[in-house]
Amino acid sequence: MAEPLLEVEDLSVHFATEDGLVRAVDGVSFDLKRGEVLGIVGESGSGKSVTAMTIMGLTRGVNARFGGSVRYAGKDLLQISDTEMQDYRGNEIGMIFQDPMTSLNPVYRVGEQISEAIRAHEKVDKRGARRRSVELLKQVGIPNPESRVDDFPHQFSGGMRQRAMIAMALSCNPAILIADEPTTALDVTIQAQIIELIGRLKDDFDSAVIMITHDLGVVADIADDIMVMYAGRVVERGATRDVFYDPQMPYTWGLLGSIPRLDRPRPERLYSIKGTPPSLINAPRGCKFRPRCPHAFEKCQEEPRLEQRVETPGHLDRCWLDVDFKREHRGAMIAGESTEAA
Amino acid sequence: MLTFLVRRMIGAVLVCLAVTFIVFLIFIVVPGGDPAQRIAGKNATAQNIINIRHSWGFDQAFYVQYWNMLKKMFSGDLVSYTSQQNVVDQIIQGMPATFSLTIGAGIIWLFFGICVGVISAVTAGRLSDRLITVLALIGISMPVFWLGIVARYYFAEGGVATIFPDGEYFPISENPAQWFWHLLLPWVVLAVLFIGFYGRVLRGNILDAINEDYVRTAKAKGLAPRRILIRHVLRTSLIPIVTLFGLDFAGVLGGGAILTETVFDLHGVGQYAAQSINNFDLPPIMGVTMYGAFFIVTFSVLVDLFYAYLDPRIRPT
Repeated sequence: MAEPLLEVEDLSVHFATEDGLVRAVDGVSFDLKRGEVLGIVGESGSGKSVTAMTIMGLTRGVNARFGGSVRYAGKDLLQISDTEMQDYRGNEIGMIFQDPMTSLNPVYRVGEQISEAIRAHEKVDKRGARRRSVELLKQVGIPNPESRVDDFPHQFSGGMRQRAMIAMALSCNPAILIADEPTTALDVTIQAQIIELIGRLKDDFDSAVIMITHDLGVVADIADDIMVMYAGRVVERGATRDVFYDPQMPYTWGLLGSIPRLDRPRPERLYSIKGTPPSLINAPRGCKFRPRCPHAFEKCQEEPRLEQRVETPGHLDRCWLDVDFKREHRGAMIAGESTEAA
Repeated sequence: MLTFLVRRMIGAVLVCLAVTFIVFLIFIVVPGGDPAQRIAGKNATAQNIINIRHSWGFDQAFYVQYWNMLKKMFSGDLVSYTSQQNVVDQIIQGMPATFSLTIGAGIIWLFFGICVGVISAVTAGRLSDRLITVLALIGISMPVFWLGIVARYYFAEGGVATIFPDGEYFPISENPAQWFWHLLLPWVVLAVLFIGFYGRVLRGNILDAINEDYVRTAKAKGLAPRRILIRHVLRTSLIPIVTLFGLDFAGVLGGGAILTETVFDLHGVGQYAAQSINNFDLPPIMGVTMYGAFFIVTFSVLVDLFYAYLDPRIRPT
């Protein structure tokens, strides 16, 4: 088996705030192999974005406390200096963000902004960088890239801006592309195109992808592995197939049930997980999902470890429930029919 | 772009016209009583008042009065009946001093205002930021007439040392070094207030801009912090400063630095306005009002043009 490209081990990210210590990410571990697509799924505040931003060194600050390690190419990205980190950002790890409307600087031309990324890491003159920008815009499917390269961001549509962001993130041929909810702010019709584009370009550029989303449907086709996060923890992890067809965490069932489906009889109301995500300052004792879980019992007072409980290797979860019980009872929640324990 | 410019300039002319009408209303119509008597000044003879009533047309319909006022203002016939001096001549005489004061002070307050804003934003929350904040607040709160007199006392009249000449304007055409030396104190005194204010505004703008998504993108590209600050943060943070500077600069140029000019006895347009107000001498006040309005309107057009250059989103296509 190939050496992993990125090894995140026991990563924790805590922020000191006036209200107390926010445990945004707690004990997250995963590997990313070359060419692999990892989907990180969870609600707002589950720590998925913080995990990604920490890999990029974007959460560094006076109030941030880090634990664990993020190993990339023999270095721990948590330990290196800010100046060293600059060489990794954009160059080794590229990132695209949620809102393409605000992620590009409104006062510079799209081509200038892509060229700037190239020239930050490579010795290229302005004309060379511009030529590369045109080429990149063509690769991400911008029509007339020779003239659009001189447009300002406001002259691009939302989908085109996200394409330009992808071009910028890939401009230095990074080994890893992190996409933080890349489709959330886009029209539904554009979403599929962007996902497909990322799927295609990762092969062209031979990059691994970390795709962050709150929508399991978005990563279903593209991801090799899926990691479900809740309250700063990984609650289920496994190959995409296994997570979809044999989900072990009631939280994952809820996420699956929240996807509108056309291939099933329509429920009266779309399923929603009851309650809100827990506070990251005073998290509940035991399993963090316990207060919202319809199947919680006494044992859930104690937090389960993330370990393999099913037959499939590599499929881990954090749930005390008996595997057979779960297989029998998860149907209603996944179908989006019921929020009550069966 | 050309149509934008033409449209904006037509607008500017209309605003100037509107100002003339407001001047007409405020100075002639609204106060009531006899406008001829007010315009004639404190020690006017009865004959004088009759002459004024006739030449301004106060015995005729209001549109005739308005038209006469426009004619007097724009033909350069406006005369102060108190001093018998031509208003336009007096304003032109004051302009070198006012322009010198404005340009020098403007350069100082813009440069140091930006420095103060950037330094306090970059070190936000730390000691230097707090120190600068306190100094800026002191600068904003110090009245110009007080600061000017204190500065004169300490540095021009021997309070500490007699380093600077004590007031008055020295023409640049005669001796540039003397011109500079005479103006240094007024420049600094006038600039102090603006430096504090601009620094505070810019600090806030920068701290807002740092949290913008595109700054995060710039970081994610792997740019150096200095480049992010200058190209991505400062560039957008300075846009509102352009408006402020354009209008403040125009205000001082248009005779707004009444206090500074008077304290340092520079004989500029502002001081002329102050003297005229003291003497209840209406024609010069009307003249200076129009002169000031002209600069404000002109500079707001310039600010708009510069804005379009700075922010492509509002650039007309």
